[in-house]
Amino acid sequence: MSDTDHDIVVMTGIDKSFPGVHALQNVDFSLAKGEIHALVGENGAGKSTLIKVLTGVERPDRGTITLDGQPVVVRSPLHAQDLGISTVYQEVNLCPNLTVAENILIGRQPTKFGRVDWKAMNIRAKELLGELEVRIDVTQPLGSYSVAIQQMAAIARALVISNAKALILDEPTSSLTAHETAQLFRVMRKLKSEGIATVFITHFLDQVYEVTDRVTVLRNGTLVGTYATASVSRLDLIKLMLGRTLTTLDDMAAHKIVTRQHISSETLLEADGVGLSNSIEPFDLKLHPGEVLGLAGLLGSGRTEIANLLFGIDKPDEGTLTVGGSLVKNFSPAGSIGRGVALCPEDRKDQGIVGDLSVRENIIMAMQASKGWFKRLNSRDQDAIADRYIKLLNIATPSAEQAVKNLSGGNQQKVILARWLAANPRLLILDEPTRGIDVGTKADIQRLVLTLAEEGKSCVFISSELDEVLRTSHRIVVLRDRAKVSEFVGQVDEKEIMEAIAGSAA
Amino acid sequence: MKRGGFSFVWGQMTESRLFLPIAVLCLILIFDFFFIPGFFNLTFEQGHLYGSLIDILRNSVPTVILAMGMTLVIATGGVDLSVGAVMAISSSVACIMINPSIIGMNLSGNIGDLINDPGYSWAPMWAVILVPLIIGTLCGLWNGVLVSYGRIQPMVATLILMIAGRGIAQLITNAVKIIIFNDTYAYLGNGWIILPFAVYLALFVFVAAWLLTRRTAIGMFVESVGINFRASFYSGINEKKIKLFAYAFCGFCAGFAGLIAGSSIRTSDANQIGLYTELDAILAVVIGGTVMGAGGRFSLLGSALGAIVLYATITSMYAMGIAASAIIAVKAVVVIAVILLYSSQVQTMIRGIGKQSVRREVAR
Repeated sequence: MSDTDHDIVVMTGIDKSFPGVHALQNVDFSLAKGEIHALVGENGAGKSTLIKVLTGVERPDRGTITLDGQPVVVRSPLHAQDLGISTVYQEVNLCPNLTVAENILIGRQPTKFGRVDWKAMNIRAKELLGELEVRIDVTQPLGSYSVAIQQMAAIARALVISNAKALILDEPTSSLTAHETAQLFRVMRKLKSEGIATVFITHFLDQVYEVTDRVTVLRNGTLVGTYATASVSRLDLIKLMLGRTLTTLDDMAAHKIVTRQHISSETLLEADGVGLSNSIEPFDLKLHPGEVLGLAGLLGSGRTEIANLLFGIDKPDEGTLTVGGSLVKNFSPAGSIGRGVALCPEDRKDQGIVGDLSVRENIIMAMQASKGWFKRLNSRDQDAIADRYIKLLNIATPSAEQAVKNLSGGNQQKVILARWLAANPRLLILDEPTRGIDVGTKADIQRLVLTLAEEGKSCVFISSELDEVLRTSHRIVVLRDRAKVSEFVGQVDEKEIMEAIAGSAA
Repeated sequence: MKRGGFSFVWGQMTESRLFLPIAVLCLILIFDFFFIPGFFNLTFEQGHLYGSLIDILRNSVPTVILAMGMTLVIATGGVDLSVGAVMAISSSVACIMINPSIIGMNLSGNIGDLINDPGYSWAPMWAVILVPLIIGTLCGLWNGVLVSYGRIQPMVATLILMIAGRGIAQLITNAVKIIIFNDTYAYLGNGWIILPFAVYLALFVFVAAWLLTRRTAIGMFVESVGINFRASFYSGINEKKIKLFAYAFCGFCAGFAGLIAGSSIRTSDANQIGLYTELDAILAVVIGGTVMGAGGRFSLLGSALGAIVLYATITSMYAMGIAASAIIAVKAVVVIAVILLYSSQVQTMIRGIGKQSVRREVAR
């Protein structure tokens, strides 16, 4: 058991607001000497904000931080390092073109007569990495090594620059293989034995159970609780993260039951052992016209990867995909649109909107793309289509000629939905269509999905919010660790789905 | 009403992409009106219209044509530095097709007589025009392949042809300046139908470019790819082909401009033809309000006006008797002025003029 009587960091009553978002509300967090402490929660739960407050990136509006019993105000990330709090970020932020040794010791190079003592530097770097049980040629550029080694170098740097008492690892395993993860865990346990406290942020629950002593759960900016990892079951942990208690399903549930009768027995899409290495394990999938298929699972479980394969962003390296009875060969968005498959992508800003173009142009874009370069929709048709969808989806915009970047997030999302509805697809894949938008629009979008199903179209509905998936989907596929683990049809028990998300090993 | 009227009209005007090029052109012409006597004089001789204003139009022709292609390339978020070199290649090819004796081709008949004959051309005239245009387009395709499929930074990718292009032009002509006596070819750059014939050619390229981009979906796709290529790809637009098209069209325009530039000096001068014109073309596009580097919304009319603004400035300088060698310094001043005018601070200031005038009148 960890040495909990000696807390290195204690954060009390931390409160932080950004314009429009109450990111942290009265959150307490403590970190004991020689423990590995998991910090979990879905997107927007407040994990990163809490870490930013601890490392001085953000100042809390209220609340105190004590370090070794002394109250401190962390002024900046640099100050945090001086205090002994080091962070290794998800994206390794080192210089790939410098050598490993330079990356570890830059800013603290050993010098001789005022010049850098390269020899001493390389020896020191080698020692430091040796302590982490990594033995490599430190004179090679960092970029020539695997991400895992780069992580190790980042950890070595974090330890050397601060004589760290506390180390924060922000999703260090998201791009590591199983073997590399194991190596990282060895290093974490070694640091633990040396009395360093580690905060470990991850979306992989298996890893929480494998390596951590305690776990703190955040949800919507509030503290759910801190538990000894061994004392809380996987299922309970997921419940705590998602915050789902069984609520009465609203009228949409009734609507769903009605639409279920419209599901055709034909097959619109069939995936047979479709998979892509390093992305998603091979999976089978069948979809009927008029059916809504929900993909449930935690972030990074493979939901977006499936969407990308079905829409042709990625090309599978095994298996066959059949849409409307014909084998898919042309894996590209353009090809998919030709087949009547559309994807409303997860990252609205990067993959969805074309900010400087008008609402009208954004709406007609996919339709025009499928018509080709030369068959331009004439202006009158463009205006008519834009007006129709602005009314249908209730898009709040001063005019169809407004640049789409000036609209709110929810309305931008509606514009992208309009783009795909205008293209009249047979299958609409919605990847996190409700993320970051207001509650009213969320309900609108869920209702729209059911309306589409009633019209005989198919939908794939992806959401981190389990109740949304339950409310809209006739069938639910559960994903875990980039593989399809189970499939539920008909009357679905929420508890079973949560168990499937968590993994039956609980 | 009058009060709000000015503010409203001013607001609408300054919002327009064409406001700055038109305003700057007006300022230059007003300056010329007061400080250069006779600048606005036009004379009509032998069915030709002459004058400084006509000179501005005539001199700006190659840059206007280049700017059409450059506009599309810049709108996709790229740049094409090779257009000057492609001009040299294009004019060299045209000259060698009229007179291939320079590369050791045996011509039937007395060479001296032949090449001095204003009616003589080894290849038929349609080929002399068409082949350089095709070669220019191929040069553009090469750039486009490097940028869109090779994923090389546009500046680096087109730098290759910018450097190599003049070498290629020299190879084509054996590094000899071929003097051309063919009158049909020379007509491209020197003919007149009231206005210089080249002005009509520029107008033709402008209209063709406008029809090609705005009467089809290509213009919107180019803008979309320039603003957010990932979102464009997700929407089913083939963003690579769009870029390829933009560079190919830019190469075509460079080939066209090369023909006119070569024709107007009646030689193939691989070292001089199109020298630094890539910079003029980029400058014209930027003056015309298409944003360099970021890509996105473009205006062909703005770019054409931008080229005319540039040559109005230069022609005015000449008219004031400033030495040709000092003109480059003047261009530098234009660049600085353009950058300042398009900065967000100055833009806000200009838009603010309308509001301020309202405030002042209200205060009164």
